Amino acid sequence: MTVALELRPPKTEAALPDDQSLVEALQRGEESAFVALVEAYQGLLIRLAMPYVAHRAMAEDVVQETWLGVLRGLGRFEARSSLKTWICRILVNRARTRAERDGRLIPFSSFTAADGEAGEPAVDPARFYSTGPFEGHWMSMVQSWDDLPEESLLSDETRERVRTAIEALPANQRTVITLRDIEGWQAPEVCTALEISEANQRVLLHRARGKVRQALERYFEGA
Amino acid sequence: MSEPVEMTCHELVELVTEYLEDAMVPAERARLELHLAGCRPCRHYLDQMRKTIDVVGEIPEETVSPEAREDLLSVFRAWKRG
Repeated sequence: MTVALELRPPKTEAALPDDQSLVEALQRGEESAFVALVEAYQGLLIRLAMPYVAHRAMAEDVVQETWLGVLRGLGRFEARSSLKTWICRILVNRARTRAERDGRLIPFSSFTAADGEAGEPAVDPARFYSTGPFEGHWMSMVQSWDDLPEESLLSDETRERVRTAIEALPANQRTVITLRDIEGWQAPEVCTALEISEANQRVLLHRARGKVRQALERYFEGA
Repeated sequence: MSEPVEMTCHELVELVTEYLEDAMVPAERARLELHLAGCRPCRHYLDQMRKTIDVVGEIPEETVSPEAREDLLSVFRAWKRG
């Protein structure tokens, strides 16, 4: 049995009216507008909150606070970014503030510093010659995953390994790979939502993808 | 004109995200592609990275539970009442 995969953006999001109409409908107190927004973005917001909280119930709390913050802040939405990006930025700010307050996260101002500067490379340097005529080159062959059966790349088990690898990432790396590669956002939108530079966003994405690739490599090759 | 220094595999793996983001200056991009053309392990690595991104993209959407929807509707109604 094949499971129909959700297209990005989700159908519920595609059915949303434009931002301005939505904001006006919300300001008029139209429940249907709010329900449509929740249907479209609740999943995303939960997913974004998770890296910063201890458990899912807390994520739901933060997301609920976020919706209230969105409603109260409607008058301040200036459409410089999309409504979606704006909502996500509120969420990330709240989630991070909460995590900092609970002592589980380095301060916001260090968002770029800690994750963007010194840090582990995407591939273990021991895999490359460090001296000699082949310095910098792979010491052993890198496998081609073309030879893997199609089913193994698409299997539930594989997806589960990837999900686990993503959950194990540092919060900021997890947030970026979630927005870019799961939710399909473009780089500038992510930068706006997280208030980080394109370069920092790329470093976080690079580290995140590197770790996930490594997890898959270990899974496929028993490395 | 001097020959550009050939890129090493180690350099390439740290540049792969920039490459996929199309964020490299043309000269660097050319240097990387030149290395790729002559290095099978790196071609495999790049392909592994692309396949990894594809699998990540297949992670399904989170769903909204009816309870969550009801909770949020209460939030909305309370906000409306001011």
